[in-house]
Amino acid sequence: MKTKLNPTWRELELGCTVVEAGTSAEYKTGDWRSFYPKTDEDKCIACGVCYLFCPDHSRHIAPRKKKVEGAMYTHYFDFNFQFCKGCGICAAECPTGAIVMIEEGKK
Amino acid sequence: MNETGYGIFAARMLPKDEPFVQGHRACQGCIPALMLRQITKAIGRDLIVCSATGCMEIISSPYPFNAWGVPWIHVAFENAAAVASGVEEGIEVLRRKGRFYTGRKPAVLALGGDGGTMDIGLQALSGALERGTDFVYVCYDNEAYMNTGIQRSSGTPMGASTSTSPAGRVSTGQVTWKKNLAEIGVAHNIPYVATACPSYPFDLMAKVKKAVEVKGPALLHVFAPCPTGWRCDANSGIKLGRLAVESGLFPLFEVVDGQHKISLDPATMRKSSQDPIGEIAGYLFQQGRFRHLKGRDELIQAIQERVRLEWQKLKAKTER
Repeated sequence: MKTKLNPTWRELELGCTVVEAGTSAEYKTGDWRSFYPKTDEDKCIACGVCYLFCPDHSRHIAPRKKKVEGAMYTHYFDFNFQFCKGCGICAAECPTGAIVMIEEGKK
Repeated sequence: MNETGYGIFAARMLPKDEPFVQGHRACQGCIPALMLRQITKAIGRDLIVCSATGCMEIISSPYPFNAWGVPWIHVAFENAAAVASGVEEGIEVLRRKGRFYTGRKPAVLALGGDGGTMDIGLQALSGALERGTDFVYVCYDNEAYMNTGIQRSSGTPMGASTSTSPAGRVSTGQVTWKKNLAEIGVAHNIPYVATACPSYPFDLMAKVKKAVEVKGPALLHVFAPCPTGWRCDANSGIKLGRLAVESGLFPLFEVVDGQHKISLDPATMRKSSQDPIGEIAGYLFQQGRFRHLKGRDELIQAIQERVRLEWQKLKAKTER
C-alpha cells in the first residue's frame, strides 16, 4: 500500500500510530546526493566492505557471477541509487580503491 | 575477532534481511544509523525495540513513515529502560497464560543516545538493571545531544566544543571528563556489559548476539561517530571510530559475569612505535570540534595521560 503523505483527520489511525512496518522504503533519499559512487569493476574484489559500512543500505547482494583472481564469486555487491545519500564511506573504506566519488552530472 | 564463536567474518555470510529499512532520514554518513542496521541484522526480526527520544527515533519515524520492520515504540527521553522492563514483563505474562509468544521469546531492545542514557535515562536504566529485566540496553554514544543542535552531555569528551560548551578566547570547550557508562553497568553486577564500535562490525554483531542470548540484563555501550556534530567529513565516521579504538580513547572490552576481557588491544594494532600523543592528535584534529586545541599542548597532554590511566585501570581489571 502506498502511504498517503497528508492524510485527513478521518483517515488517521487512532493515536496517530503508523500501523504498517517499514514504510520508509517508499521515501527515496537518493535525491539528497551531490556525489555518486562509481565502481571500477576490474578493481572490485567483491569483499563487501561497502555493503558492511553503508548506513543507508544502498548496497545489496546481487546474485551475479564474477571472476576475481581466478576464483568465481556468485555474490556480488550492487548499488541502489534510489537510497544512496552520497556520504562516501564506501569510497573511503574500499580496500582496493575501486570506488570513487564523482559529482552528480559528470561522468 | 574470530574467537566470538559465531564464525561470521565475511560480508556475504551475513543475513540478507534488513529489519531496519532503508529510506530513513539520517544525515549523510550517519554511524548510529549504521549501528542500528548492524544490530538489527545480527538479531533478526525476533525483536521488539523501545526507543528513547533522540536522533535514531527522529530519523526513523517521521510521520507517516517509519523505518522499522520490527515492533517499535517511542517513549519519553528518560524511560526507555523502564518501558522495556514493562514490555518484557508483558511478554512473560502472555507466555504464562499461553496467549502469545509461546514459542521463541522475542528479544527486547532498549535504545538510547548518550544523553538519553548517561544524563536523563540513568535512573530508569539503573532500575531496570537492578530488577534483572531480561533485555538489552544499547547506548549509542555520539558524544552530545546531536538531535537538538549539539549540546553537551555527560558523554562529551574533554575539550570538545559544543553549542553549550563553546570554545573561545577563554574557554577550551568541555571542561569535564566523559562518563564511564560501561563501569556503571558493571557496578550493577549484571551478566553482560560490553563496549563496541560499528567500525568493527563483526565484533559488534557478536557482542549483540551474546547480549541477546544472556539471561538477564545486558548493557552495550556503542561508540558511534556523528559527522554533523563532530564537524568532520561525511565519509570519515568509520575511520574516526577506528582511530578512537586504536588510540585507546575508547577501548573495546566485554565483561561477562564480572570478568573483564579486552576484545582488541590497541598495542597490537600499532604499525610502528609511534608517539601515543601523536596518535591522539591524529584523532582529534580530524574533527572541527577539537580544532581550537591546536597549540594547547598541555590539554592534549592531559587527555593523553587520562587515556593512559584509564587503559591501565582496565588492564588491571582483566588481570584480576
